[in-house]
Amino acid sequence: MTTKRKVINTVAGVLKYGILIFGAIFTVLPFVWMISSSLKTPAELVAAPPSLFPEVPQWENYKTAWAAAPFARYFVNTLIVTLCTTCGVLVTTVLSAFAFSRLNFPGKKTVFALFLATLMIPGEMLIITNYETIINLKWIDSYKAMIVPWISSAFYIYLLTRFFMQVPESLYLAAKVDKCSDFKYMIKIMVPMNKQAIFSIAILNIISSWNAFLWPLLVTNSQEMRVLSNGLVRFQTEAGSSTELIMAASCMLVMPIIIIYLFLRKYIIEGVTRGGLKG
Amino acid sequence: MEKKSFKGYIYLLPSIIIMICFTLYPLVRAIVMSFLGDYSIINGSYKSIGFDNYKDLFKDPDFFKSLRNTSIYVICVVPASICLSLLIAVLINNCKKFKAFFQTVYFLPYVTSVIAIGIVWRWMFNSNYGLINYALGLFGIEPIQWLNRPEYAMPALIIFAIWKSMAFNILIFLAGLQTIPEDIYRAARIDSTPRFRVFTRITVPSLAPMIVYSSVIGMIGAFKVYNEVFSLFQGKAGPANSAITIVYYIYDKFYNSYKYGVAAAGSVVLFLIILAMTQIQLRVTGEKKKN
Repeated sequence: MTTKRKVINTVAGVLKYGILIFGAIFTVLPFVWMISSSLKTPAELVAAPPSLFPEVPQWENYKTAWAAAPFARYFVNTLIVTLCTTCGVLVTTVLSAFAFSRLNFPGKKTVFALFLATLMIPGEMLIITNYETIINLKWIDSYKAMIVPWISSAFYIYLLTRFFMQVPESLYLAAKVDKCSDFKYMIKIMVPMNKQAIFSIAILNIISSWNAFLWPLLVTNSQEMRVLSNGLVRFQTEAGSSTELIMAASCMLVMPIIIIYLFLRKYIIEGVTRGGLKG
Repeated sequence: MEKKSFKGYIYLLPSIIIMICFTLYPLVRAIVMSFLGDYSIINGSYKSIGFDNYKDLFKDPDFFKSLRNTSIYVICVVPASICLSLLIAVLINNCKKFKAFFQTVYFLPYVTSVIAIGIVWRWMFNSNYGLINYALGLFGIEPIQWLNRPEYAMPALIIFAIWKSMAFNILIFLAGLQTIPEDIYRAARIDSTPRFRVFTRITVPSLAPMIVYSSVIGMIGAFKVYNEVFSLFQGKAGPANSAITIVYYIYDKFYNSYKYGVAAAGSVVLFLIILAMTQIQLRVTGEKKKN
């Protein structure tokens, strides 16, 4: 390798890492700033020049924020809604994907096409009439209202059907010969063989339920039924200029998901990639 | 395969019930509602049947503003996000060390709540104490009234949205890059092809399906932007409605002005836009499969 070539390679390497590091800083900056602001004193928040880290971390900001609004209640509500929705999604998704991938029934192709077609409908359009339905059912201000409309997802069904299709048909036929029922085959063979895909769907759904904002806001009135994201917005209005408390409250909403992400990112990335590359 | 039986429907029943109640019925109902003048959700009463809601919609300057803003948003966010994501993805893919680290970092915005992180961006955009104006000040730029002046509302929203949308694109491009055979690059190295030529002649064409896919998904998502606006402007649509978007307009008509028919008409317009986008996507991916 010539010296000129070497120099070019070094410059390219520096440039490459330089851009990547700059971009990475830009990406994590809001998170770092959120955490750092949540630990500052009001004086430090408005100090010029701003400091990256507080002199003494003000951990009591979290205590103050936690006590200033019923965040414990919001937390429990969010957890209930997230877990129930996700369990519902898993049950309906596994059952439907199994039907589409292994069972033979009249109109299968049409029904599958119909499921796929619903992916084109923007959820934003459905919210108005779904809100009307919830009113007519007298479900306003209940967990059901936040959970039931979301326990089935055409997208996850499509995703899992593709995974189920990859399981060799011969296994199913062998099980049939052994007089294994369809349901037993699904539970004993299909589900364990695709547990990673099912796990990915579960985590993706946990994230989207946890972050859901508009629907829970619409269908709840009372403070007791509010979820975290709604509670945070309400708290932002109430806390006014106490930025450190607002940042602490934002951390409470964001951190659980970031922790899940850091531990289970393999499944999340796998799920999003598979879903994304469906073509 | 065994003979056909209706047993499959027992497995599908839960999904079908939910789909009919919360997707198909509301779709039809929203279209019907868009033709009912002065419709009331509370008692189901209406005054007229016809195109009144659509007339109201297309007479409303706010609706045109929302269409214009949403178009500006789509035109700015999607290409910028795709280009930056492509650059980052290629660089990450070229890394020998820290590949997993960078991938983890760059994907972070995808999993976080738009509402919470929007509140943080709001704080960073603060004109007096915000980090962004401080950083600009280091380059001698006067403080910008990001969130208080109509002309800066859209730029602030767009910066936030690019930050948020890159994560997904980077992930898709990285997955695509891994499918390009290493041999092609090795051949290019032997021929000592310049890096930029490798990028334009090998990388970009190989990634074309992913780029198209990301663009369409990005466009569909961008046409539906709402949470970003809500969190950045604390529930409003920017100063003097300067950052009002289609979905924001629809929800505002529905939730704050109780004009259900007009909101439904707006959502039908949105539906048609999304449908057109999806048709483009299907057309393009169909062609990909043919090739």
